[in-house]
Amino acid sequence: MAQAYTPGLKVTNRITHRCRRQLPIKGEVLVQQGDRVKAQQVVARTFMPGDVEPVNLANALSMPPDDVKECMLKEEGQRIEVDEPLAQTKGMFGMFKSVYRSKHTGTIETVSDVTGQVIIRGEPIPVEVLAYMDGSVAEVLPDEGVIVEEEVTFVQGIFGIGGETFGTVKMAAVSHDQELKADMIMPDMKDCVVIGGGRVWHEAIEKAIDIGVAAVVAGGIDDQDLKEILGYNLGVAITGTEDIGLTLIVTEGFGDIAMAERTYNLLHARVGDFASVNGATQIRAGVMRPEIIIPLTDQEKADEPIPEHTGGQLDPGRPVRIIRDPYFGLIGEVTNLPSEPTILGSGSKARVLEVKLSSGDCVTIPRANVELIES
Amino acid sequence: MTTVDSKNINVVLATDCGSTTTKAILIEKVDGAYRQTFRGEAPTTVEEPFADVTIGVINAVTEVQELAGRRLVNDDDQIIHPASDDEGCDIYISTSSAGGGLQMMVGGVVKEMTAASAKRAALGAGAIVMDVMASNDQRKPHEKIQRIRELRPDMILVSGGTDGGDTKHVVQIAELIAPAKPQPRFGGAYRMPVIYAGNKDAVPAIESTFDESVDLSIVENLRPVLEQENLGPARDAIHDVFLEHVMAHAPGYGRLMEWTDAPIMPTPGAVGNILQTIAQTQGINAVGVDIGGATTDVFSVFDGVFNRTVSANLGMSYSISNVCAEATMANILRWVHFDMDERELRNRVKNKMIRPTTIPQSLEALVFEQAVAREALRLAYQQHKEFATTLRGVQQQRSVGDTFSQETSGQSIVDNMKLDLLVASGGVLSHAPRMHQTAMLLIDAFQPEGFTTLAKDSIFMMPHLGVAAQVHPQAAMEVFERDCLIYLGTCVAAQGHSKPGKTCFTYNLEGSSINESGEIAYGQIKLIPLPEGETAMMMVDPSRAFDLGAGPGRRVQHLVKGGTVGLILDGRGRELELPEKRTECQQMIKPWIEALELYPELEPVTT
Repeated sequence: MAQAYTPGLKVTNRITHRCRRQLPIKGEVLVQQGDRVKAQQVVARTFMPGDVEPVNLANALSMPPDDVKECMLKEEGQRIEVDEPLAQTKGMFGMFKSVYRSKHTGTIETVSDVTGQVIIRGEPIPVEVLAYMDGSVAEVLPDEGVIVEEEVTFVQGIFGIGGETFGTVKMAAVSHDQELKADMIMPDMKDCVVIGGGRVWHEAIEKAIDIGVAAVVAGGIDDQDLKEILGYNLGVAITGTEDIGLTLIVTEGFGDIAMAERTYNLLHARVGDFASVNGATQIRAGVMRPEIIIPLTDQEKADEPIPEHTGGQLDPGRPVRIIRDPYFGLIGEVTNLPSEPTILGSGSKARVLEVKLSSGDCVTIPRANVELIES
Repeated sequence: MTTVDSKNINVVLATDCGSTTTKAILIEKVDGAYRQTFRGEAPTTVEEPFADVTIGVINAVTEVQELAGRRLVNDDDQIIHPASDDEGCDIYISTSSAGGGLQMMVGGVVKEMTAASAKRAALGAGAIVMDVMASNDQRKPHEKIQRIRELRPDMILVSGGTDGGDTKHVVQIAELIAPAKPQPRFGGAYRMPVIYAGNKDAVPAIESTFDESVDLSIVENLRPVLEQENLGPARDAIHDVFLEHVMAHAPGYGRLMEWTDAPIMPTPGAVGNILQTIAQTQGINAVGVDIGGATTDVFSVFDGVFNRTVSANLGMSYSISNVCAEATMANILRWVHFDMDERELRNRVKNKMIRPTTIPQSLEALVFEQAVAREALRLAYQQHKEFATTLRGVQQQRSVGDTFSQETSGQSIVDNMKLDLLVASGGVLSHAPRMHQTAMLLIDAFQPEGFTTLAKDSIFMMPHLGVAAQVHPQAAMEVFERDCLIYLGTCVAAQGHSKPGKTCFTYNLEGSSINESGEIAYGQIKLIPLPEGETAMMMVDPSRAFDLGAGPGRRVQHLVKGGTVGLILDGRGRELELPEKRTECQQMIKPWIEALELYPELEPVTT
């Protein structure tokens, strides 16, 4: 069997990051390859076909469906405004005519003589795509969008809610394990990306929403706090469309858990810089994790990069995080990788590894229950 | 595709491309019989950075090649077939559920009638049904249009009306879909496939309703008359469209389709195929379940009628939090015989959801995970029973004897008393450390009645055999009989209730290695070892309050099958009733856990 490969979340001080920014349907790309773009700049635009309103004229005017076409005062493709007459019955001897006035504005798309239904299509809906992060247009996808590229500090969280947002990085916690409580949220954090340490409490998030904080980043959150914020129990981890007033990212998981020290230090080093944040999480095939992207300054780009491990093998000496009880959240170093499967306490047989915890204790863990800390 | 005479087929290679793993098996003729000999697996490579499913297929097949010592892949990374003496395979077949499988939207006129038939056709073909649209589904037309626009299905199935009946309503459904201009998942130049399987008189109107932005195909009405369902043509059309449109747009599938000797099938469609074949050839009623990380599929064949349901958000990793939300933590903890901290459990569940590949390390974690599985399976089966009904809207002919019967059309055809075989698959069932745990999970969740054989598909071979059954039924059936199923044993359970301790039934067992009689009290469960491959004749006399298939208090004689677990005599009554109070519930289930030897290693937990 091949060596174990356990990818962790990407947490790196410097990486060339590419963002694909694409319209849902074809449209117009507003920038060119090589252009410098700002995060909140519109890079592509299109119009979606407007909403449609079906109107059953046969029912509304009490006539057979195949009479509807004759009674139409407007033809397919013509515009209609609210209160404008759409159709009129023939009446009896030219009298007692009934008129149907449109309740919608739009264009008449179809008139059916089978059902007597008229479809009115509303105004086209504009759709715009932002650059999302400061950077250069590396590639133009004709009629669809662009790929923006930049050297950035990149931090992936494990779970988030809320979509794309932007703000200046500001610290709220003084250490990687300090819990984020309401009294630590200050008025000057408005529009900022606020960094906590350990667990974030729902009262802190509610205060952050009141103040107008753009995003909150913390180590962990209690399931009950998440329920309070969302108003429901989250069933599947497909998020990003929540509209709670800010974007929330947790870097480690659920419960009383501190942010990994390295993640905290990395964010701490970028205080005052502009960050692009997205809480969208999708844990299915094609996994998507929430992210914090902080473009490097020109000065930082000029500096010599510090070499980092990126992903890879579980080797002795590599730092790992345990991601399942009974040692959930503990960090240690791989000491041994026995090749033969071992019988676990649960009775299951699985491939394991031995980890020396920061406390000095040595524990045996299934390989599936650790993730690499990229350092 | 190549055509090979079935007599000359000695080596069959089959792959199943799942969302995360591609599994390959080798079937070979050994001493005149077909056997599954080797298996291999590799990560599926349908997503970036590979974006080519064939890479994962070749990796999985290469593992089989190494194990079998038979060359199956050539230097150009192509599967070698047809076979020569010591290399290649005679037939290569594949199923696929990669990229989330086949996702469909269906529409019909009446929700309980044509729309339900359309849903059955889609599910039977192996699809996940994202939404069912009907004239009477209580949503306003603009809400339905909005919904269609939001969804990104792979295809849409429209049905409605009986042949010669009213055309207006089915055209109305089409008129909602056409202007919504639904966007298919794969976008780009892909035109949304729409299959019409409704009133044939409405075909001209349907054709004029849709413009060139959709790819319309017309098939026979799936409900030509109210009394009859004709799902075959619609299912075939779904499979064709799946291959021509959906698969052809998925990365690498064009190449994979050139390699296979039979059309690639959606994985659940193939599982349904093999279950139907077994039920038909053995003349039995069968239920199969596949519990995955995100979804749970239930398949049933009762009196020859096949049904399949997908419970989209009942699963053991991605959807575990949803199981807890739907079932409630109180219901899950009914199956845990020691105290656990509820707040911590809720956080554990969410952590499993966001890190779905982790496995239980401690026995406590396993007990909890199996408790969640019981509830996921129970809910999935409940949904299946509600869906698998007799045709609604059919007029019943009533005789004098039926005067006081309340039975109407639309009754569930799933009858646990008639169930002969219950087959389990999916990680939590297949990989349970003890087979006893698998058996008990099935019994607690499905609550079979009478005599039911329990089995598991240990390496989830049923999809492979489902496709194999289409090209070589004999090979598929032989492998199914010999290698696919591991028999756990037989559950003998009485329907009814009484007072605790009262006699539920007495029994007498006679077999080559067993000769035993005894009594089962109400509330008791007992395990009698009966090895795999052995059978015994069992005579059961239930008390007046209990029924084992012949009526309350009436004797039943039945040949029971042994297995790795044995015979499970279940006197706990049906429906199973558990006390609401935690401590009482723990007291009740502890003896069951001990009797079935579920967790013999578990140290007493004191919290």
